[in-house]
Amino acid sequence: MAKEKEPKPEELFQSIDYKAPKKFWMDTPAQIRPGMFCWGAKAKSLNTVGFPNARDWNPSEENWKLPDNWQEILIEGLRERLDKYRSLRLFMDICVRCGACADKCHFYIGTGDPKNMPVLRAELMRSVYRKYFTTGGKVLGKLAGARELDLQVLKEWWYYFFQCTECRRCSVFCPYGIDQAEITMAGRELLNLIGLNIEWIMGPAANCYMKGNHLGLEPHTIVNNVEFMLDDIETLTGIRINPSFNRKGAEILFVTPSGDLFADPGTYTCMGYLMLFHELGLDYTWSTYASEGGNFGFFTSNELAKRLNSKIYAEAKRLGVKWILGGECGHMWRVLNQYMDTWNGPADFLEVPKSPITGTVFENAKATKMTHIIEFTADLIKHGKLKLDPSRNDHLNVTFHDSCNTARGMGVFEEPRYVINNICRNFFEMPRETIREQTFCCGSGSGLNAGEDMELRLRGGLARANAVKYVHDKHGVNMLANICAIDRAALTTSMNYWVPGVTVAGVHELLANALVMTGEKPRETDLRGEPLPASEEDVSVSARAVTQAEGETAGGEANV
Amino acid sequence: MKALVPFLAVVFLVLLVIAGVKAAGLYFLFGVAVPYAAAAIFLLGFVYKVVKWGRTPVPFHIPTTCGQQKSLPWIKPNSIENPSGTGGVIMRMLLEVFLFRSLFKNRKTKIKGDYIAYSWAPWLWLSGMAFHWSFLLIVIRHLRFFFQSVPVPVQALEHLDSILNWGVPALYITDVIFLAAVTYLFLRRVTLAHLKAITLPADYFPLFLLFGIGASGALMRYHLRVDVVGVKELVMGLVSLHPAAVAGIGTIFYIHLFLISTLFAYFPWSKLVHAGGVFLSPTRNLSNNSRVVRHVNPWNYPVKVHTYAEYEDDFREKMKMAGLPVEKE
Amino acid sequence: MYNGGKIIAGLVIFLGIVTFPIYYNAGKANPGPSPSLDTPAINQMKVKHCVESRQFMRANHMKLLRGWMSMVLSGKGCSYVSTTGEKYDMSWDTCWKCHSSKKQFCDRCHQYMAVDLPCWKCHSEPNT
Repeated sequence: MAKEKEPKPEELFQSIDYKAPKKFWMDTPAQIRPGMFCWGAKAKSLNTVGFPNARDWNPSEENWKLPDNWQEILIEGLRERLDKYRSLRLFMDICVRCGACADKCHFYIGTGDPKNMPVLRAELMRSVYRKYFTTGGKVLGKLAGARELDLQVLKEWWYYFFQCTECRRCSVFCPYGIDQAEITMAGRELLNLIGLNIEWIMGPAANCYMKGNHLGLEPHTIVNNVEFMLDDIETLTGIRINPSFNRKGAEILFVTPSGDLFADPGTYTCMGYLMLFHELGLDYTWSTYASEGGNFGFFTSNELAKRLNSKIYAEAKRLGVKWILGGECGHMWRVLNQYMDTWNGPADFLEVPKSPITGTVFENAKATKMTHIIEFTADLIKHGKLKLDPSRNDHLNVTFHDSCNTARGMGVFEEPRYVINNICRNFFEMPRETIREQTFCCGSGSGLNAGEDMELRLRGGLARANAVKYVHDKHGVNMLANICAIDRAALTTSMNYWVPGVTVAGVHELLANALVMTGEKPRETDLRGEPLPASEEDVSVSARAVTQAEGETAGGEANV
Repeated sequence: MKALVPFLAVVFLVLLVIAGVKAAGLYFLFGVAVPYAAAAIFLLGFVYKVVKWGRTPVPFHIPTTCGQQKSLPWIKPNSIENPSGTGGVIMRMLLEVFLFRSLFKNRKTKIKGDYIAYSWAPWLWLSGMAFHWSFLLIVIRHLRFFFQSVPVPVQALEHLDSILNWGVPALYITDVIFLAAVTYLFLRRVTLAHLKAITLPADYFPLFLLFGIGASGALMRYHLRVDVVGVKELVMGLVSLHPAAVAGIGTIFYIHLFLISTLFAYFPWSKLVHAGGVFLSPTRNLSNNSRVVRHVNPWNYPVKVHTYAEYEDDFREKMKMAGLPVEKE
Repeated sequence: MYNGGKIIAGLVIFLGIVTFPIYYNAGKANPGPSPSLDTPAINQMKVKHCVESRQFMRANHMKLLRGWMSMVLSGKGCSYVSTTGEKYDMSWDTCWKCHSSKKQFCDRCHQYMAVDLPCWKCHSEPNT
């Protein structure tokens, strides 16, 4: 990370210019600018998963060491995908360029680069589609918006398909639901055919393939990392927790993104899970083999995503669990909700998830047999099964960031708000245009949270950060809650830059702060070691909180 | 000039008719052959296009969810924006097709001082609605040329459309709205910088064509006048499959007809197929039930995976040291 | 997943709607309105002609009549000189002289075209 080269926030903010250049976009080749791209994928990572045309290459160099027949590979690859994905073929055909999507993309908002308008990003591929797959494009050429796939176009593809986080915000506003994520995913698959991925995606994907998780944590390291957390929990609460790993016969397999096992603030969320499950006496197990909920294969190709995802069901089968519980993560849940069962199902060896605590049967996961922890926890609170002292979060003015994938690829809106409203007393929503289905990406999704593309990430994160700044200025918000591991990492960086004074936490970290555990010693600090403001308040408060929780109905947008 | 070529193309089409009808007297060609050809290209092309999309599978279940999912029984799901069943999908689709619901959500993003602000921007939605609805009503109104005795709803619509009773023949409200909307849709493409940047000749061409159709139609009705009975006789000949050229209809009619024919023939091969495509859009026409019902991908194929056994082989000693259970000692 | 059935059903409905005029009308004889010119006054004419040319009248009679109305109501005159130089009274009676039956003449085309006329709100039909 070239920290010294980073511009000041005000400078970056003021550098944004929405004026479109006079020159036609086809006549403006992409300038591959440092700070705006990630390092190319290494041969080693590509070879690990058996991807073709593996080589070390440098995007900023002129020569990308392409295979001789790269055009042919891409055109044939595009033909294959047009025949495989209705979305792609349709989205190539029906865009009317009405411009509704243009200023909906966080990368466009943060860069002002016209090619970051979703419509133009799509046109990068559409223009090639017209040239090779439509009569009009073949005959009329540029007049029909068609162009040859040459080296300049290829570099433009690579540059801009890795300036899209597949967040799907554009598809909310498109009158035909054209989803740039579908086009970016196809574009990235094509680029993979000639070895043009980025290392920040390929490295974790290769790790995940061999070691079970993106971070490459080996089994003993996972156990060690969790041990550290258990020590911290013991210091905090006086309770020693003993979770199990790879245990056959457990009722539930718990899968969460490996980011939660590795670095803060994810680790605090992970401590939250551990404390909650302990308090419930849940019969569950971790797995070191299926130790990744996320799926960087998803940012690479459908096939690799499926290969990585297969471990979850395979492990559930091997361990003989009844159902699977999934942690807080964004794209993980897009995959689990919209892809997993199609790829690796049917999971007929599992049972429909049923909360052993409340008896609630999660009918909405009848086929996949996998429940989101926020659904699980909301159900617990609704049934009054948790003793909560929300005053322990009184030092926090909380707002909630909806993750792109759980928002637009699933629709998890009320569950986290219900939980937050039961564990915090100061909750403030960001403006309507920046939450729920209109939420903004953290700026670093879909595998773009590297160090070398920091300017891109900060620009991409601006729209989200600016909405946080709004509630920070107006309501003194100092805590940005979320249910996504990438958010926890990326938003921390983004907040430090754009809105200093706001920290980032997973909802289950805040839950663990408020959770009154059986036999715990009086808490003096929160999970992060910050002194509690109301540590003198005792259980009588929490009792009140429980009653409150029972009386409340689903997710009021409190304190908007 | 991305607009110039399409503009000249439409001018050329008009000149072609003037030369063909006025100078060369090719009434059969322009009155019968071209409309038949255009209708055939439109119908076959449209079916071809939809079938081509239809033969391409939807491998994954990818609705864009714009509201609360159906999860716990006490949380109210948004059954339209995040449908969990067919009924919701149908409602979502109807709202999309008839009211352009997604476009209605449009907000303009602006930088205001230290903040990024989002302001209500209904103009695209409004002009889109105005254009599509007035076009539809105009098409329905034209059905009086297609039936020997004009259906009552068509008569009622015509009555309603000319209710202002301005001039003889009375002004149609839809004509004004149509031309105004097309004009606005053109103007925004040349005045809004970011829109100008994304606009292609293929975006200007249909706008000029539609304007030409509207303008020639209005000119014909309000000013130049043609023998409408002759027009209906020609059209009835076409639809009853007893085509015959009819003498004595003014050239302006043939210009109108030729531009319409061009629009129809152009339709399936251009962005105008969004009319059919919107129904097939997988982000809109699927319900969010993929955790309840398994979505089958017809080309799902077995992939190479790194199995647990391989994993344990890689890490057995480390696992044992960490106290983790292993399958093989 | 293809949803082939739904797509085909949709296509059939679409085609059914857009081709409805064709299969509804196909093969039917569709006689034109043929307004009747068989009146004593017209039969007596040596050279059959109207106020203006037949071609002009077919397309523009409503504008001509509307023009007459404005002239008469505004008191600017009640005499019309045609392109061929003949003089006519700007009056329905000029029409009725030859076209003595509204049913046999006016209504034929107006019904054919489903034209909704404001004329008869004020003016009475000729006695037939």
